[in-house]
Amino acid sequence: MNDIWEILPGLGDKLAAHVVLSASAIGLAMLIALPMAVWAGRSPLVSRIALSLASLVQTIPALALLALFFPLLLSLRAVFGEGLPTLGFLPALMALTLYALLPILRNAVTAQANLDPEILEAADGVGMTKWQKLTLVEAPLSAPFIMAGIRTASVWTIGAATLATTIGQPSLGDPIFAGLQTQNWALVLAGCVASAGLALAADNLLWVIEVGLAKRSRWMTFGGMGVVALGILAALWAQSTGSDERRIVIASKQFSEQYILAQLIGARLEAVGYAVEYRDGLGSAVVHSAVASSSIDISVDYTGTVWTNYLKREDNPEREVMYETIRDWEWRENGVKVLGRLGFENAYAFAMRSDRAKELGVTSLTDLVAAAPQLTVGGDPEFFERPEWIAVRDAYGLRFAESRNFAPTFMYNALQSGEADVISAYTSDGRIAADKLVVLADPKGALPSYDAMLMLSPRIAGDAGVAKALEPLIGAISVEAMREANLAVDREDGEKVTPKAAAEQLAKSLGRRSGLDLGPLTKKN
Amino acid sequence: MTTAPPLLQFDGVICRFGEVTAVGGVNCSIAAGSFVALVGASGSGKSTLLKTVNTLVEPTEGRVLFAGEDVASLKPARLRRRVGYVFQGVGLFPHFPVAENIAIGPRLAGEKLPPERIAELLALVELDPAMATRKPDELSGGQRQRVGVARALAGEPELLIMDEPFGALDPVTRAALGNKVRELHERLGLTTVMVTHDMAEALLLADRVLVMDAGALVADATPRELLAGAGGAEAQALVAVPREQAVRLAAMEAQRP
Repeated sequence: MNDIWEILPGLGDKLAAHVVLSASAIGLAMLIALPMAVWAGRSPLVSRIALSLASLVQTIPALALLALFFPLLLSLRAVFGEGLPTLGFLPALMALTLYALLPILRNAVTAQANLDPEILEAADGVGMTKWQKLTLVEAPLSAPFIMAGIRTASVWTIGAATLATTIGQPSLGDPIFAGLQTQNWALVLAGCVASAGLALAADNLLWVIEVGLAKRSRWMTFGGMGVVALGILAALWAQSTGSDERRIVIASKQFSEQYILAQLIGARLEAVGYAVEYRDGLGSAVVHSAVASSSIDISVDYTGTVWTNYLKREDNPEREVMYETIRDWEWRENGVKVLGRLGFENAYAFAMRSDRAKELGVTSLTDLVAAAPQLTVGGDPEFFERPEWIAVRDAYGLRFAESRNFAPTFMYNALQSGEADVISAYTSDGRIAADKLVVLADPKGALPSYDAMLMLSPRIAGDAGVAKALEPLIGAISVEAMREANLAVDREDGEKVTPKAAAEQLAKSLGRRSGLDLGPLTKKN
Repeated sequence: MTTAPPLLQFDGVICRFGEVTAVGGVNCSIAAGSFVALVGASGSGKSTLLKTVNTLVEPTEGRVLFAGEDVASLKPARLRRRVGYVFQGVGLFPHFPVAENIAIGPRLAGEKLPPERIAELLALVELDPAMATRKPDELSGGQRQRVGVARALAGEPELLIMDEPFGALDPVTRAALGNKVRELHERLGLTTVMVTHDMAEALLLADRVLVMDAGALVADATPRELLAGAGGAEAQALVAVPREQAVRLAAMEAQRP
């Protein structure tokens, strides 16, 4: 765990982004909640409605709230035009602002309701206008309580901002999500330590301001505010430097293969002088649109995924036809350039232990039909509802004795222990190689293809330098090579490596196999 | 005193709160320079009537004239700067030191009171000018009410209205502060209306006593007239209490060996 002390100093830019995002959300929430609280203080109806709405928002999980802004902003493009960002800072800011409203609003409303009525009568009695009463009496007397609400909101917001990673906004959630996926606990811990440290620091600073307001100590109040302002300014400054030229943003979804490929692509671009930035751990649903809107420049997507989810097709054409249709559709509809296929598939496939397959004499799905009524099939929790399963079942007339659901990790264990005879595996999964499994052939082509494709956003679609740097990867990665790299990251023994190291190994082996010069892939910094 | 024009005039004032009628039609004028006590039991409507003067309460019907103008037609903030208001709760602003509390009325009008004037006002209510920098929570109840009186006087009001001003004070402080207010009334040539439930206080301090019962004005007499038996049954019932106490005290005094 000493690693985290090496990781932490490298999180500076994530920290800056986290501070700017959280501070903006809290600032915006204050701008909304404080006037609303004043209004609520004068109308019990407004008070009830505002507090109910703010409470309702709290019942939505933060992760869902963040994700909900993507379709919302997408539909708002009809009004504000195509320039409206649907990912990144804007949706993160909106979701976190909503999240921060409740504690600020509730404390401000309660503070006002609990003001001494005699003091309010005196304010009227000495001839204050409503505005003077608000600024000279109500606001200063409520300030410590309002500040307590802002403190609560800050701690919540800094915590929830780690989830902004999933919608493409850099934050301290980046190392957490990346670490969770690749089971790199030092990375997870570093992200948690940094965000918890930030939350504690903010809480203590705001506490100083709160006490300053309560004790009417100008020194504490303005001192605390000064330090907060300095922190935000420093974060803004850190963000503004280095971002003058736009980097090439490489996305990865939340599984190991994606992290490895992102590092492989990034290293190649850096080797020829491009500045790159990784947006790791994105929700699968947002990556496609993010590339289409150029919020992200490069992603690796799979033909079967795009075919079903974005072309909305239910048929299952031959592999080449599917790829070419997608390539043309992406270019025509989204301006996204599909540079090519990497060479391997990450598809659903049926796998068996090799000894069991040999014993039953099974090498393809056709062979399986006769043996199936005595066998148990295992799948991930959604598999038996997916069109892939229905297609295979109907094409071959497969009837198993039993079908069982397993979490993906346990599926392989079930196969080893004999609790399942056949499982629905993922073709590029490292465990196929590690467990020496047999992947059954699909002679009828019932399973859709999931060719990995390199997608370029409209912004860099015409960039010859990018194309030249990445073209050597096209058709270069065999499924065996990908399995090996995935296994290196997923394994839990001493040989476990980071996605970056796995990408370097993969690049080396590609160079050996193809004889291509893939260039220097390690960049010392 | 009767020759002076009325500074304050209640003209058919009725105040209803839902089903409850707090003030049920009051007609009365108060001459400039007079010290009027408004006496009645709890719930008789005396505080409500007083608050119609600085529009903290708006009458349901009727009107209140201040120096000939309907108070409803004046800007509340401006009206309240001309009417000094002291009430039982005092209502000092806890976040302001004493000096800022006293200076608040003029400050709202855009005038900054010099420290000498603050010292003078503090001296007027017999407080040490060094108290100017203290916060209200460092003062005793009596000191706080003195600051309340100083705050009401800071804007040189034409009228001083007081709602049970000494109700929360101990008897010694209460008597001293009552006498002080009466003295200031004379010295500054004020017109003062004081609400109290204590008839003895009213008789000793005021030149005119109005008695309210169930929202109506039931008596209007000088203290001397009341002591002579005028003003009707309700007023005499209130006068009877301090009179009997005085008689018993005198009797005990006489028995002293």
